[in-house]
Amino acid sequence: MSNKQKLVVVGNGMAPGRMLEHLFELDASAYDVTIFNAEPRVNYNRLMLSPVLSGEKQYEDIITHDDAWYESHGVTLHKQSKITQIDRSAKCVESDTGIKADYDKLVIATGSSPFIIPLPGHDAEGVLTYRDLDDVETMIKTANEGGHAIVIGGGLLGLEAAAGLRAQGMDVTVVHLASTLMERQLDAPAGYLLEQAFEDLGISVVTGANTKTILTENNHVVGVELEDGTVFDARMVVMAVGIRPSSELAKSIDLETNRGIVVTDSMHTSDEAIFALGECAEHRGMCYGLVAPLYDMAKVIAKQLVGDTTAQYTGSSTATKLKVTGIDLYSAGDFSDAADHEELVLRDGSAGVYKKIVLKDNKIVGTVLYGDTNDGPWYFDLLKKAEDVSEFRDTLLYGQAYQTGDAPDPTAAVAALPDDAEICGCNGVCKGKIVSEISALKLTNLDDVRAHTKASASCGSCTGLVEQVLKLTLGDSYQVGAVVPMCGCTDLGHADVRQLIKSKGLKSIPQVMQELEWKTSCGCAKCRPALNYYLVSDWPEEYADDYQSRFINERAHANIQKDGTYSVVPRMWGGMTSSKELRAIADVVDKYDIPSVKVTGGQRIDMLGVKKEDLPLVWKDLGKVGFVSGHAYAKGLRTVKTCVGTDWCRFGTQDSTGLGIKLEKFLWGSWTPAKVKLGVSGCPRNCAEATCKDVGVICVDSGYEIHFAGAAGLDIKGTEVYGLVKTEEEVIEHITALIQMYREQGHYLERIYKWAKRIGYDEVRRQLFDDAERRKAYYDNFVHSQRFAQVDPWSERVSGKDKHEFNPMAVLKMEVAV
Amino acid sequence: MNNQIDAWVQVGEVNDIPVRGARCVQHEDTTIALFRSATDEIFALEDRCPHKKGPLSQGIVHDDCVTCPLHNWVISLKSGEAQGADSGKTRSYPVKVVGKDVLLGLPQ
Ligand code: SRM
Ligand SMILES: Cc1cc2nc3c(=O)[nH]c(=O)nc-3n(C[C@H](O)[C@H](O)[C@H](O)COP(=O)(O)OP(=O)(O)OC[C@H]3O[C@@H](n4cnc5c(N)ncnc54)[C@H](O)[C@@H]3O)c2cc1C
Ligand code: SF4
Ligand code: FES
Repeated sequence: MSNKQKLVVVGNGMAPGRMLEHLFELDASAYDVTIFNAEPRVNYNRLMLSPVLSGEKQYEDIITHDDAWYESHGVTLHKQSKITQIDRSAKCVESDTGIKADYDKLVIATGSSPFIIPLPGHDAEGVLTYRDLDDVETMIKTANEGGHAIVIGGGLLGLEAAAGLRAQGMDVTVVHLASTLMERQLDAPAGYLLEQAFEDLGISVVTGANTKTILTENNHVVGVELEDGTVFDARMVVMAVGIRPSSELAKSIDLETNRGIVVTDSMHTSDEAIFALGECAEHRGMCYGLVAPLYDMAKVIAKQLVGDTTAQYTGSSTATKLKVTGIDLYSAGDFSDAADHEELVLRDGSAGVYKKIVLKDNKIVGTVLYGDTNDGPWYFDLLKKAEDVSEFRDTLLYGQAYQTGDAPDPTAAVAALPDDAEICGCNGVCKGKIVSEISALKLTNLDDVRAHTKASASCGSCTGLVEQVLKLTLGDSYQVGAVVPMCGCTDLGHADVRQLIKSKGLKSIPQVMQELEWKTSCGCAKCRPALNYYLVSDWPEEYADDYQSRFINERAHANIQKDGTYSVVPRMWGGMTSSKELRAIADVVDKYDIPSVKVTGGQRIDMLGVKKEDLPLVWKDLGKVGFVSGHAYAKGLRTVKTCVGTDWCRFGTQDSTGLGIKLEKFLWGSWTPAKVKLGVSGCPRNCAEATCKDVGVICVDSGYEIHFAGAAGLDIKGTEVYGLVKTEEEVIEHITALIQMYREQGHYLERIYKWAKRIGYDEVRRQLFDDAERRKAYYDNFVHSQRFAQVDPWSERVSGKDKHEFNPMAVLKMEVAV
Repeated sequence: MNNQIDAWVQVGEVNDIPVRGARCVQHEDTTIALFRSATDEIFALEDRCPHKKGPLSQGIVHDDCVTCPLHNWVISLKSGEAQGADSGKTRSYPVKVVGKDVLLGLPQ
């Protein structure tokens, strides 16, 4: 043995491999090197395990240093030897196989270990992690027999595992806790595109899914059960929920550790003779899980080892690329929202491209790219160099190669529609028909198109779209009329958005924002509630309501008051109540110290000043006598005012109270563009003020006169007569159809009187009163939607739904603030 | 920050707060709202709008702002400052996320 200094390395992963390369470049003869590795093999490229799993590569292809390399560099490698003891005073390490080695300098590079959620069943056979070649070999073996695999975790590793297993022929489902995939690297819009791409690969993705139990039989995995009760069968479960720096060894010898092994800028641990390197190291509070920073660390340690004490590591920015064939995704730096961050967003819905660049003081601090990632490294370079981009920020999004490109085309969304996409919902006219008529008949303006195709001739909602089709067909000679955009996040108006949601079959807010090329990444308080309504209304069965896109009243199911308390208004069907109900209200008022009780203008009782945390308790007590939410807060059916009618009144012609109650019981529940109020009066004296309501009924001897489009709030307007019908059943059918037509066509926050004026009162009568078939279709649509909507929100919350809304997260006592 | 931090207090975990939502922490007489943005950043503001004391925790969170539920002022989650034409400022508190834990920096 020579009397060279002795260098011992614990762990033979990617980081120390790189460190040795640098060291030998600097001074090949400085140290005698001994490496211990727990794995039974040489150093290989861990990043490339995914191509091995998918079958695109073999183990031999991904070896970094083969046996000959160790030999030629005079390195002693102990394979399958895990260091279990270190004696810091004797400067000696010992492995579980009994091999000892003395050191002058020691490098701990133990990497990370996959985190295993201690769920019931986690230690059964068939539950795997994804970290090393052994894991890959087991996965391939199991996959060869086919069946269903569950991957828990939709981060980088989980998704690569899922794609690999799919490529090996398994059915794969990814269950992911967060609401979008790879949420740490991607924002919600890019996460949405990624989910679509995975679905296209034939991999199911379940987000917002909390795994409860791993189901086993004879200690072998047979399935997975989620918190919500969903059960999947499975032959294999891959847990890819995160990694933990392997710092136990360092901890056992009292080196300073936190999450990882704490190192200084010179990469020293708290012992001058010991360095820590790679994923096990914690530098300035950061533990890294990607190789680029580890390579920077490796370079610093190599220099330190040959006596260059000026070499310092100061931290790294990281970039991520997903290595799944056919999916282009790039993410780097900090793309979070912060007051001093500015976003540049480009969306190309038809090409499936999304790009976001985050700037701070005119410098790039982060980027997320999906679909077109060619410029990722360029942005990352600008980020690392902290270059001022103000001179070219206008064209930054178009990429490095951008020289002569045109500004994005606003007609792109319409251009991308197929010919059979329906443009005009009222008259069933599709894009192809409009284009061909424009060409064949040489039409040049909107009125001509209306006359010849009927497109936008009824409710007019699709006017903007028809104009875009005109522009597409005629070119720049056609000037599109001004549309009032929904908000600053888009150039499209409400009508265009509603129509495009239907014709493109858009079913989630991120999907709408991507396909319709929203200019912000997550919308604003104006567009989000509107989009949420449009989606609830158009896809009642499939769409999952987005809670955070609702105004507080609709989240808390009560009306917020000026002091932050709430008011509670239970339904009193048709304004009728009873001693039992009144007694329950009195008791609740006493029990919860409710400061005010008021009779509302809508014929029911309002309890004002309820503390938010008391709401579920108040509802619970009210629920016991049968009270349900009065939706006094909702864009939905509010009250149905009635008068006493034939029950008592000497002038009453029909049972106005009974009809009002029937209407209220039938119509409550489904969301509408704005609030809807009804009134039913027993005779033309009209004591229920039915002729200033959204929909009113005046009972007469010969039947029921239906009215609509009244207002008595910001505007005052008497109703229009809709028509006379004979029976209560007909009243219900006509009014239901009317409300459904409004639900499908109204713009968010547009009351019935404004909607009806926009479409034309005659048009409403023509489509509903005169057209029985159409009326029936609207009626059926409403009934369908009610199946998902007629659920009392109060009793749901009394049973525990959205608990977090009503409880503080923490109450801090005086003593904690030391 | 204008205040010296005297204690980092653990108030819960990141997942206790809904994405694009808020939860409240009661600290003596003050209600502090903790917000979680779409990108999982956590911010803390006094739960009191600079306009007429509206509870900001009840607003809609979008990007790095919250829209007050009472009269729609838009408040920056980072600085507590009213955006656009409105002016006024709500007190903000420092927040640290360590692993899953949310730590709130409280001045003494
Ligand atoms: C409680 C009540 C006043 C009362 O003490 O009587 C009331 C209270 C409020 N009304 Fe009203 N309106 C009440 C009957 C009315 C009526 C009379 C009626 O329904 O016969 C009208 C005129 C009819 C109409 O709607 O056209 C009415 C027209 C409005 C308007 C104007 C709407 C419009 O489109 O012009 C608003 C503002 C809005 O909705 O944007 C409004 C908004 C409000 C809000 C929700 C203000 C708000 O956003 O916080 C108030 C909620 C207080 C609360 O917490 O309960 N309230 N409001 C009545 C509740 C009725 C119920 O039992 O549900
Ligand atoms: C499937 C997969 C895909 C990845 N893709 C990417 C990617 O695309 N981009 C990217 O930047 N990063 C990627 N990574 C992460 C990257 O591989 C790691 O950051 C990197 O390998 C860490 O290097 P390391 O040297 O710190 O640790 P490791 O490479 O984990 O090496 C640690 C080694 O130490 C051994 N060891 C542990 N304890 C002891 C002990 N007491 N005694 C002896 N030996 C011990 C372990 O067995 C292991 O072999 C991926 C990781 C995986 C698993
Ligand atoms: S009239 Fe104005 S003040 Fe009175 S309840 Fe209605 S909204 Fe409030
Ligand atoms: S109190 Fe917040 S906007 Fe008025």
